[in-house]
Amino acid sequence: MNTQASSNCMRLVLSFFICYAISLFSISSAIVPLPAADQSGPIAITGAIIHVGNGEVIADGIITFDEGVITAIGSAGDNIDLRNHQVIDLQGQHVYPGFVLPNTTLGLNEVGASRATQDNVEEGDINASVRSAIAYNTDSEIISTHRFNGILTAQVTPQGGLIAGSSSLMKLDGWNWEDAALRSDEGMHLNWPAMKSRRRNPDTFEFETIDNPEYAGAVQVLHSLFQSAQSYTGERLNLNLQAMQPLFNGSAKLYLHADEAKEIISAVRFARSYPIAGVVLVGGREALMVKDLLLAEDIPIIYEAVHNLPDMAWHDVDEPYKMPFLLTEAGLKIGLSGGNTGMIQRQRNLPFLAGTAAAYGLDQETALMLITKNNAEILGIDDRIGTLEVGKDATLFVSSGDALDMRSSQILGAYIQGRDIDLFGTQQQLYERFRDKYSNQVE
Amino acid sequence: MNRKIKKIVPAVVTALLVFGSGITLRAQDNLTPNGIADDRQNAFAFTHANIYQADGSFLADATLLIRDGRVVRVGSGEQANSGYFEIDLQGRYIYPGFIDIYTQYGLPQLERETRSGGAENLFSANQALNVNDAIRSNFRASSAFVPDSEERQKFRKLGFSTVLSLRTDGIARGTSALITLGDERANESIIVPDAAAHYSLSKGTSTQSMPSSLMGSFALLRQTYLDAAWFTAQNPRPFTDETLEAWASNQALPQIMEVSNWQQALKADKVGDEFESQFILKVSGDSYKRAGLLKNTEAPLIVPIDFPDAPEVDDVIAANDISLAELKHWELAPFNPRVLSENGVPFAITSSDAQEDFLQQLRTAVKNGLAADKAIAAVTSTPAELLGVESLVGNLQPNSLANFVISSGDLFAEDSLLLENWIRGERHVLASDFDGRGGSYQLLIGDISYELDLSFDASGPDAKLLIDDGETRPVNIELSDDLITLSFVSDASANRSRLNGWPVDNGWRGNGRSASGELISWVLRRNADATDANEVEEPDSITPVLPGPISLPFIAYGRDELPEQQDLLIKGATVWTNEAEGTLVTDVLVRDGKIAELGDELSANGVVEIDGRGKHLTPGIIDEHSHIALFNINETMTNSSMVRMKDVVDSESINIYRNLAGGVTAAQLLHGSANPIGGQSAIIKMRWGLPPEELLIADADEFIKFALGENVKRSRNDESIRYPQTRMGVEQVFVNAFSEAREYEKRWNEYNNLSRSQRRNRTTPRRDLVHETMLEILNSERYVTSHSYVQSEINMLMNVADSFDFNINTFTHILEGYKVADKMALHGAGGSTFADWWGYKWEAFQAIPYNAALMHQAGVVTAINSDDAEMSRRLNQEAAKSVKYGGMNEIDAFKQVTINPAILLHLDDRMGSIREGKDADLVLWSDHPLSIYAVAETTWIEGTPYYDRQQDIEMRKQIASERARIIAAIGNAGEEN
Repeated sequence: MNTQASSNCMRLVLSFFICYAISLFSISSAIVPLPAADQSGPIAITGAIIHVGNGEVIADGIITFDEGVITAIGSAGDNIDLRNHQVIDLQGQHVYPGFVLPNTTLGLNEVGASRATQDNVEEGDINASVRSAIAYNTDSEIISTHRFNGILTAQVTPQGGLIAGSSSLMKLDGWNWEDAALRSDEGMHLNWPAMKSRRRNPDTFEFETIDNPEYAGAVQVLHSLFQSAQSYTGERLNLNLQAMQPLFNGSAKLYLHADEAKEIISAVRFARSYPIAGVVLVGGREALMVKDLLLAEDIPIIYEAVHNLPDMAWHDVDEPYKMPFLLTEAGLKIGLSGGNTGMIQRQRNLPFLAGTAAAYGLDQETALMLITKNNAEILGIDDRIGTLEVGKDATLFVSSGDALDMRSSQILGAYIQGRDIDLFGTQQQLYERFRDKYSNQVE
Repeated sequence: MNRKIKKIVPAVVTALLVFGSGITLRAQDNLTPNGIADDRQNAFAFTHANIYQADGSFLADATLLIRDGRVVRVGSGEQANSGYFEIDLQGRYIYPGFIDIYTQYGLPQLERETRSGGAENLFSANQALNVNDAIRSNFRASSAFVPDSEERQKFRKLGFSTVLSLRTDGIARGTSALITLGDERANESIIVPDAAAHYSLSKGTSTQSMPSSLMGSFALLRQTYLDAAWFTAQNPRPFTDETLEAWASNQALPQIMEVSNWQQALKADKVGDEFESQFILKVSGDSYKRAGLLKNTEAPLIVPIDFPDAPEVDDVIAANDISLAELKHWELAPFNPRVLSENGVPFAITSSDAQEDFLQQLRTAVKNGLAADKAIAAVTSTPAELLGVESLVGNLQPNSLANFVISSGDLFAEDSLLLENWIRGERHVLASDFDGRGGSYQLLIGDISYELDLSFDASGPDAKLLIDDGETRPVNIELSDDLITLSFVSDASANRSRLNGWPVDNGWRGNGRSASGELISWVLRRNADATDANEVEEPDSITPVLPGPISLPFIAYGRDELPEQQDLLIKGATVWTNEAEGTLVTDVLVRDGKIAELGDELSANGVVEIDGRGKHLTPGIIDEHSHIALFNINETMTNSSMVRMKDVVDSESINIYRNLAGGVTAAQLLHGSANPIGGQSAIIKMRWGLPPEELLIADADEFIKFALGENVKRSRNDESIRYPQTRMGVEQVFVNAFSEAREYEKRWNEYNNLSRSQRRNRTTPRRDLVHETMLEILNSERYVTSHSYVQSEINMLMNVADSFDFNINTFTHILEGYKVADKMALHGAGGSTFADWWGYKWEAFQAIPYNAALMHQAGVVTAINSDDAEMSRRLNQEAAKSVKYGGMNEIDAFKQVTINPAILLHLDDRMGSIREGKDADLVLWSDHPLSIYAVAETTWIEGTPYYDRQQDIEMRKQIASERARIIAAIGNAGEEN
């Protein structure tokens, strides 16, 4: 153990070596972790297996960072200057870029069944002016459970209607939403209307699929909106149209939410009929069926349905598990998100979606890319995060084992822009409280 | 078959009594005509006919005599028929009139009110009827029947002269009436006013909340049998209930139960058996899938032949959503009657309310191998026998009703036409008698001769003139029995020749105007040597092979043959014993479905040897909390302890196979959490391909689902009025239910202790299936698995159990179990929890992923369950999260999905570990079974490999080729049309 270790790095190392036997945190009360202070001096992590996030692994690697930015990365033989650094020797532990969770309502929702805690869906079909960032609750109890699994950045995304509003990329540590924002209002979310709707036949009790009678009307509404937005001059103020202008000047992306093959075709053709540079498909459950369109239009996918059942009984039993592999093999750029599970509290399992992709076809480092480099690129934030490269944010974490496998994932410490964040949240505090209660009873 | 049917139809006697009294089968004496009396005998002799005999043969050149609406006799050869008007049928065919045993003819249908959400409707309408509005046993079709001439025409056109008519509303639907389809008034049309009693599993228009599920329907049936017997045993009655009176008296009638698939058919028959009632089952067209099992029920069936239309397969994206089962069903459904017949299942056929192409479908069934005599019996003698009216309809014996159809040829020849439908001695013309007149004719106009081609199809006659060198000219033609009208252009002037005429032997003749307007004479004479396109084809006598296999189960990944149990020697795998030995690299021998031996370097003869080196062998995963393979999950009464999940197991659910692919071999299928006291569990093994009854684990202890908290308080329904609405009320539900059960027990004990004579003066207590289930819990004959979240309610339920002197077996979900784990350990309750679910409800907000580790630490038997069809196939990974959250050792972590749930289900004596003598429910994994990278390679249940990854890959190819084959067949069928 390095004698230069500061209290920050003490926390990191102790939480690994002593694990849960002795708690430094039992004095904490049951409120969310204290936001971390800015990095106070250069830090060097040595002796690490560094997963760069771009497919490369550096055995016996060294990474240094200062003022929140990565200053060097290499292996032990690279003569990286460690003078003045706090050196943390990991002795073969793993370093990963912080995982990136796209398309989540983290910070907008708290308790699923409690309406008062839902801030994800605004009333109405067209809500282009709505911004998720300002509703992001840094004190959500859910945030710390994500950090605990290595998720350090999230795309906080509004839902509902045809145009749900603008998402923002948030660092999962901060005093308030302004503090936490990594990139605000980076994209507009369009929910492509369903062509079919399912309903239960009251006589047979069986589900039937019928054509959605409102489909054509909804598409017309969208065209009308985008035509008005593209020709908007501001002569008469229209907040929705104004909010859509970044789509046309390339400063915001258009996220098309669609799952069914035909809806994907129509959504992509819709998007391509307007001068919008950055188009992303979110969902994409049947993307493989229209892969040539997505390849030709160079549209990446945030794929969500990994831990799902196959769509149909006759489909391959492992179809959703291997879909990331199949899409990757088809030449498409994909990232992963857990939004399809429908419960934000489950999205902390994002790394295990990548693990599943690795179990079903992808090699582990490529699978890792899906929740690091690819997600960052697709979200347009790869200048800052997604891989461990010099000049990018020191947003990374340390795990004693393979972080994509629940059997070995033990996150020991994490940094967001070089700030050593506190991984212990309410769940850990409750654990320790009752672990101690029962330990005392046993003894 | 006859013996069987008669045995189950005590109503034969009743029905004959009704006929004997002559009430229904004479002209209505009390009706005063508007005019003078017009009483006729309607005596006819149909001569030179081919008359269908019950044995399937034809009496050739025979005579049928009818008089007064009845058959007098059928005889062969020439006879003196004085007093009868002779109709020479010239070799046409006579069949008994058809009977449709399942129609809604003449009955007004009720509108269904669609409800969703809102307040529960807890009580029946305030009438002196049943406590449940779905029991409509007092309804009599005869009292609501109104003749409907339009509908009647449709049935007649298809050859029907008699229908059984019912109102398809409710679980008990009352009685149907047997009705003839002549023009009589309603009084005379009904020949049996209460012909059969009807039941279903759908509550119909009732808006009462109970039942909201299939198992609720079965439970209501059972309780109503008991209630009616109790009620009608008392004089005077304890209260007024017309439905229970009617239920009891309807038991003497044929009992017809409508179901919507073969699983329901099997279960409904069993419920009937419980009350010594043999249902006639009105099934859907899927019975061929398990014809053998249906045969074993001894239930006669009523089978529709509305075979499915071809699915749309040309749109490849849309076709993706068409299941293999649907494709296979399209192909095999037309073979349903044949398969049933081959399996010896007795059945009648219904036209599904006079569906237009009924005859065509019947012919298809015969073309597909259903014997013609069976097809005719299914619409004549069989329905008559099922209703006990074979002396009256369904055949042409002396004194039967004169109900018969005249066909131009053999009914099953494609071109033969139904010409006339005689109903109670009255003639109804269905089609003009043009058959045989199609063909090649010579048209002579003066001395000019043309060749004319006449043909008939569904739209009527079609004619064309053949001019020299193969050119043809269209001819406008109109044709009726007496008249013919022709017009055509016959020369270069484009003027039309217009002809009118009348039929003569061998054609027609008449007058008309030539193209130039002169009055002309003409003759249309059939060419003697014409090759006759209308010659009746002999029905194909070759029985075709089935186009595809009837796989088990009948969906994707079903097999043509069930996999067989194997004796196995699995060598060199890392074996997770879940016993004191922990994990060890060794060999495992399996014989007769049991673990026979563990040891190094084992060898054995006659076994399948499997190389397990580098792999892991574990006991099969057991999911303590699952809802897969069920038709329904929730019933809604506050206490629905009487519903049984065993009634609604769906053995055709793909999730069984998917579970196997995740190494799951057994699961407890639980009722949902909509109510404090849910239903009785079904504990199954994933024996993919076996029917529902054979999935159940024999002799397993019985369990019931309880639930606490937000769901049972209906917290997400602001309009809910159902008690309880608070956790305070939830406690009272349990206290009340157990207290009532004790009172119930006391009542019965007192009654049972009475002497026989004392009993005579006492009313037998009412049997109540809710109380009986609660008593089973108190008597340790049934064990509780309770859905639970917060510590207060967990504590509460243990206290309630203590006060009634029993134990809560398992708390499931139990997300705050970590807060009271010490109390749970003391009480002896196990915990079956989620690995890391939380926060989706307020009561789950302090759920932590360390829950399992903490309960384990406190000495609670802890399991990880799924409650989710997807997660259940990754339960090994969920167990691994206890290593991540709380540092549980790996063997203890894995026990949470194997031996621990076995303990909680009282199955640890035979499952959950690898020990000599235990069931060989095993999984061979590619990797460490707690790792996300592990994939189940083979899953055995009692030595039978129900899942194998290599075989799975083969099956994927078979599925693809089977789909391609059927899609091609659909395309070809489309082109033929």
